[in-house]
Amino acid sequence: MLGRTAAGLFWMARYMERAENTARLIEAGFRMALTRAEAGEEEWGSVITAAGCRDAYLEKHETIRADKVIDFVLRDRSNPVSVMATLHTARENARMTRTALTREMWESINDFWITTKEALRRAPSEADLPEVLNLIRQQGAQVRGTTAGTMLRNDIYNFIFLGVMIERADSTARILDAKYYVLLPSSASVGSSLDNVQWEMILRSASAERAFQWLHGGKITPMAIADFLIFDARLPRSLAYCYDTISLQLEGLFSQYGQRMPSHDLAEALEARLTATSIKDVFRDGLHEFLTDFMGRNGALSYQIVQDYRFME
Amino acid sequence: MASDENFFDEMRGRGDGVRAPYSDYCAWLENRTANALLKKSRDAQTFFRRTGITFNVYGETEADERLIPFDLVPRIIGAGEWAQLTRGIEQRVKAINAFLYDIYHRQEIVRAGRIPEHLISQNDAFLPQMIGFDPPGSIYTHIVGVDLVRTGPNEFFVLEDNARTPSGVSYMLENRETMLKMFPELFSQVQVERVSSYPMALRKSLERSAPAATRDRPTVAVLTPGIHNSAYFEHAFLADEMGVELVEGHDLHIVDGRVAMRTTQGYEPIDVLYRRIDDDFLDPLNFRSDSMLGVAGIMDAYRAGNITIANAPGTGIADDKAIYSYMPDIVEFYTGQKPLLQNVPTWRCAEKDALAYVLEHLEELVVKEVHGSGGYGMLVGPAASKKEIAAFRQKLKAKPANYIAQPTLALSTVPVLTRAGLSPRHVDLRPFVLVSPEGVNVTPGGLTRVAMKKGSLVVNSSQGGGTKDTWVLKGD
Repeated sequence: MLGRTAAGLFWMARYMERAENTARLIEAGFRMALTRAEAGEEEWGSVITAAGCRDAYLEKHETIRADKVIDFVLRDRSNPVSVMATLHTARENARMTRTALTREMWESINDFWITTKEALRRAPSEADLPEVLNLIRQQGAQVRGTTAGTMLRNDIYNFIFLGVMIERADSTARILDAKYYVLLPSSASVGSSLDNVQWEMILRSASAERAFQWLHGGKITPMAIADFLIFDARLPRSLAYCYDTISLQLEGLFSQYGQRMPSHDLAEALEARLTATSIKDVFRDGLHEFLTDFMGRNGALSYQIVQDYRFME
Repeated sequence: MASDENFFDEMRGRGDGVRAPYSDYCAWLENRTANALLKKSRDAQTFFRRTGITFNVYGETEADERLIPFDLVPRIIGAGEWAQLTRGIEQRVKAINAFLYDIYHRQEIVRAGRIPEHLISQNDAFLPQMIGFDPPGSIYTHIVGVDLVRTGPNEFFVLEDNARTPSGVSYMLENRETMLKMFPELFSQVQVERVSSYPMALRKSLERSAPAATRDRPTVAVLTPGIHNSAYFEHAFLADEMGVELVEGHDLHIVDGRVAMRTTQGYEPIDVLYRRIDDDFLDPLNFRSDSMLGVAGIMDAYRAGNITIANAPGTGIADDKAIYSYMPDIVEFYTGQKPLLQNVPTWRCAEKDALAYVLEHLEELVVKEVHGSGGYGMLVGPAASKKEIAAFRQKLKAKPANYIAQPTLALSTVPVLTRAGLSPRHVDLRPFVLVSPEGVNVTPGGLTRVAMKKGSLVVNSSQGGGTKDTWVLKGD
């Protein structure tokens, strides 16, 4: 496989995953706004933080307002992490690597782009927003379905899933980090209804609220939430799950190419760290510090994969 | 359907009833309603967009991809007609390859006084770097598209040769796929030759053209300028269908004198490169130094016999429209036979008498740039305004050698589906030809381009033309 093709697959998958994650953040923010009269600056602020575009937003807009945030994060092509911009980049990468994709998969990605572009031609009204977000969710599911159902389990698949999981791990860590302060035991309003709503938003942003309730029977504590999103390998958006999957892909590349690369060491070290650490250690040493460190290592792994598999000259 | 007796309609002749190749199709068509057909037409558009069968138009600001209009009434050619065309095409393509070999070697045709020397030596498409070099198998143009037009039952003319980089073959294949999807029952009623073997035939043909020193199965790759090129879809499509890598210039590197592609496991040499970039951009060391699309040093690897470049650099001279005007001589010179396919009568504006005639008759002629393609920079006299003709006259006078002129041909028509039912539109035909040391292969079918505008004679997709599926029948 061409190094450039591997790069295209990896970035296609990352951007596709990012588009979906960003849409999910808006969904969570929107839901908070519906359930809480005073939902405002702080919640939408954490949406742009978790989406990774707080600075870019504040350069363009003076105040944090629901409609402005939604538009910026959903439609604004000048914002490189908006859903439209990331989907466009994902599709460009898919076009670049068309020869590596099944026809079904390419069509589902192309469809994702065409229907979303059409749906977001104008700014959706508040009444239309849930439908648009739902559409994005469905289209994303279709891409995942065609990937799972039609792609050969070879290096093509491995590079796609490395992209998906590295992006997803980054996103989950970012969601937690954007709200880490409401998870701290020192938080002044522990147990208040405000906290409950905030915690729920974290879980929703990671599509984990139902699973959490189901596993924890309604007993919501900050530590349990953080434990769930970081260490529970049953949850497909947890850091532990992401790294389990990353290991599988790297093993796959090892068995096909017969060569162990530096990125394998980085991934192994990070996976070992996730296994050896408990949520108590994390809270003792600082959740924010843990997440910052994780995101740094996750980024370093991504960079090393780019080197190891000759994505660029 | 109204018929216009000035034009030969391939379905209904000159108003004298359905022609034989269309009889089975028309029998089927009689039982369709206009609404059902229009719905299929919309389905087909959706299918094209979803599949991403699009092209980018140069010069449009919003660089979005556009669809080429697809018309679902097929263009049908009988087996006998096709056999005749095939013989003519084979003869012509062999002559073109012999001509290219000759002009890069002894130039016998110039010595024999059949072609003026300056048309070769002063031609921008003539590459001095190719002089004296023997490409593998002595083949210059491996992939050829011969543009044909028709004016009557047995009157076919070659409008131009595309020996450099003919495009459109993906439409031939996708149009058929679409028709199979839309009207599966039709293909059990009418026996149509398959076109779907083209990609494998292309791969085999390229493999057979590998350098003599190649030991294992040759590694083939398609070289594209990238996703912003107007024909990117086709490049990706062909690489995909052949099962070979689609590479860009920056994927390639010269390693130990061979062209190699950067894979996830290091550099891997390539034996045959089907390149879809122009000569100028091929090698920044040998041609345009600002090219970001090519491979530095590929010409040296080529000249060392380490890679086959298809089509060969310097092939474009055969597409020159001034050279075209000599094609009947060229065919005769190299094959010793009369050409089976006719050229369109052509005035070379470089010649004084011809220029005088052309200037006198601009309203009725088609004038083309000798190096032009894609329908750009041409004048269609009968369709042009007085002002356009006056402006063109100045350009022509300033640089006569830059132009040739041809009579406006009464191009045949084939009906297209419109809201008001079937209506005739002018068409041309580009069959696709593969050449390897083992012979010439013409795919039974081709790309039919159709002027979607009523009365228009310009079929180029860049000028709003559409396409049709092209059927070659198994019988007559």
